This record gives sequence, structure tokens and C-alpha cells, in this order.
Amino acid sequence: MLGRSITRNSILLAVFAACTTALIAGTHLLTKDDIAEQKRRAEERALLQIIPKSRHNNSMLDDTIAVGPQDAELGLRKDKQIYVARENGDVVAVIIPAVARDGYSGDIELIVGVNRDGTIAGVRALAQRETPGLGDKVDLKKSNWMLSFNGRSLQNPTLAGWAVKKDDGIFDQFTGATITPRAVVAAILRVLQFAATNRDSLFDISGTNVVPTGDNT
Amino acid sequence: MADVSYKDLSINGLWKNNPAIVQLLGLCPLLAVTGSVVNALGLGLATTMVLIISNTSVSLIRNLVSDAVRLPTFVMIIAAAVTCIELLMQAFTYELFQILGIFLPLITTNCVILGRADGFAARNSLGPSFYDGLIMGLGFACVLAVLGGLRELSGTGALFANMDLLFGSSAANWKVVMYSDYQPFLLAILPPGAFIFTGLIIAVKNLIDDRIKKRQDALKARPVKGAKRVRVTGAVS
Repeated sequence: MLGRSITRNSILLAVFAACTTALIAGTHLLTKDDIAEQKRRAEERALLQIIPKSRHNNSMLDDTIAVGPQDAELGLRKDKQIYVARENGDVVAVIIPAVARDGYSGDIELIVGVNRDGTIAGVRALAQRETPGLGDKVDLKKSNWMLSFNGRSLQNPTLAGWAVKKDDGIFDQFTGATITPRAVVAAILRVLQFAATNRDSLFDISGTNVVPTGDNT
Repeated sequence: MADVSYKDLSINGLWKNNPAIVQLLGLCPLLAVTGSVVNALGLGLATTMVLIISNTSVSLIRNLVSDAVRLPTFVMIIAAAVTCIELLMQAFTYELFQILGIFLPLITTNCVILGRADGFAARNSLGPSFYDGLIMGLGFACVLAVLGGLRELSGTGALFANMDLLFGSSAANWKVVMYSDYQPFLLAILPPGAFIFTGLIIAVKNLIDDRIKKRQDALKARPVKGAKRVRVTGAVS
């Protein structure tokens, strides 16, 4: 009696598990392509904000250089890609991923566009958990602060100027939040230094496309 | 519960037994994602969809499953529904999916859903179960949206920002700026604001309920008085 009820219940549960799994598998198959497309589009939108279509004519998503945790300046925690923007084959700019590990609440993931002449094409925060209303002004939706980096380079300002105003630099900090901008400014500076160190390979100047690592200085 | 009237179900879900402000179920997502109207509506609609699907399926299989395996089966159905909704939102409203983040899969653990599945759908036929899911979901979504609106307005001074995440690009300019030079009120956007505003909403609901009750009592009292013989002392009604 008890045995029969156990058997019946187990079979019932198994049937339900199979049905629900089949349902999820079906939905997954139906939406798989759309989801991949959406992810790609979201990524591309972020890239195009920094380097608009008018400046390049290749598909940046397909023209990449692998970077990862071994490139110490970038602070990455896992393997990522540098996206390369070319016009008629010549590299006009690269978009370099970086992580500011010293944000107020965890990592701030950035992408930094660097032009061939070493100036910044644009910076965006891809993921951050800074305090809403204070530190989250690194998000372009909340504040234009990120735009203040456009056109800057290692020479403009000089090294001492690459800090927030509180630390005698030239970049504004936010009211009530110094840690976040300090972390972002430092991370962007490190990206510029990385780009300068690996200039030849990043911008394809010597003609060979070498994968840059932190130690090929 | 053999006879259920749709009118009673509506009143229950939307007001008298509202899942969010009377049963106080599913408070975690309620407090976490109601920073703006669009987030609140997104999660509210997703929860409604899950409620409808789970209530309908539970009602369909209610005579099949024995008591012993009732809850595991329900949880399985709910988890499957949530996963499907999550995949669909990822495919069609990707940015909203990113904003809602972990709270989308967490709908599975929202007590409203298991509560309605076990407490209502397991004992009622298809039609009422479907309707109960819809109405309970709408009741939840309404509270979420009101809370999101209050917090967005007092926190940022504007309403309906980023509605295009949910309704497509035509909704991009729905944003209404109430006060153009508004100093963001941090408390409203942060989690404590959610608690405070939820408390205020519950208080307002209780206030209205009290009014209604007083009025009904007054109405009830009259005919009784009138039926009696006329008293010469006191007020004649």
C-alpha cells in the first residue's frame, strides 16, 4: 500500500519534471537567437557611443584583441576583448575594457576608447553599484561627468593633473562622493598608460598584430 | 469554495486582500525594484504573467497530484514559468531584464505565487483560478507601480523616465519632469524609502477602509432605528 503510493508519487513527480524541463528547453530554443542578438546589439550600442559609425567602417565586434588578468594595468578579473575600429583597414581607435577595483562598493567596469593619437575618444561605465544619487554619477544617464575625459591624454593634463580636484588634479569629484571618481580617474590613467606602452601592437603600427600582454614593454 | 463570484475575486485581489499591502507577501522585490515606475511595472507584469500561468496549470492538475507531492509539483511549475518569462524578457526587453537582474528569477520565491497556487488554484476550477491569478497579479503590480511612482517623483522630481525600456522607442519621451531644478532626495530612492512609502500606502488604505466602514455602519443603523416605533425622546431619524 505504502509502496504503491510511493511509486505513484515518484512517477508523477518524474513526469512533471520531464514536462517542465521540456517546456523550458522549448522556450530556450525559441528565444536563443533573439537573446544572442540582443546581447550583441547592447554591446555594439555601447561601442558606437564612443566611436560613432562615421569614424570607422569595420565591425568592431568582430575585430578584437584578447586581454585578460595578465594585463595588470587594466585590472580585469576575467578575459575580455579590446575592440578595434578601423577605417579602410587603418586602426583609428581602440576600445579598451578596464575595471576600477577600488570603487566605493565593488568593481566599476569601464570601457575606454583611445584614439590613434593617444587622446580619449570616450569613457563609459558598463557596470557599477555605486551609491544611487552620489557615486552613480559615473553613469552617463545620471550625469555628464564621464564626458569630461573626452579629448584628454597623457600629455593633457600632465601626470600630476590626473587626479580629482581634492587631490590637486583637474577632474571634478562629486558632492559627497570622492572615492568613486578617484577610482575612475586612476583606472582611466592606467588604461592610457597601457595604450601608450602597447601603442605599436594596438594600432597596428609595425604592421604586425601582436597580442599585447603586460610584459611586452 | 464551490461558488466563487468574479466580483468578489476582483475586490479581494485589488483591495480587500491585496497581496502586497494586506497579505504583505513578496516584500523583497517590492522594496528592491520600486525605485522607478518602469522597473516596478516590469516586475509587476512579469509577476502577473507567472501568477496566471502557475494558477492555470495548478488548477488543471489539481485532481492528479496527491497531497504528498503537491508542493514539489507546484514549485516545479512555478520555477518553469519563471524561467520561461525570464528567457522571453531577455529576448524582447533586454535592458529591462538587465535592470531587474536577480529579482526576475527570484519571482520563484515570491510567496504570493505559491500562496495563490496552494490556497486558491488547488481547490478551484480553471476559470476562477485563471482570473484569480490575473487579479492578484494586477493588485500586486498596481501597488508596485504606485510605490515606484511615489519614490521616483520624490527621489528625482520626475515621473515615467526610461519607459521605452518596456514599451518600445515610442515611449522614450513619456518622461514628465515635475520640478526642473530638483535636488535628488536620496532617502526615497534608497531601500529605507521603500519601507517608508509602503507604510504610508498601507496607512492610506486603512484610512479609506475606516471611512467606508463608518459609512456602512451608519447606513446599517438607520433602517433598524426606523423600524422601531417612534421615540419621543432623542433625535428622530
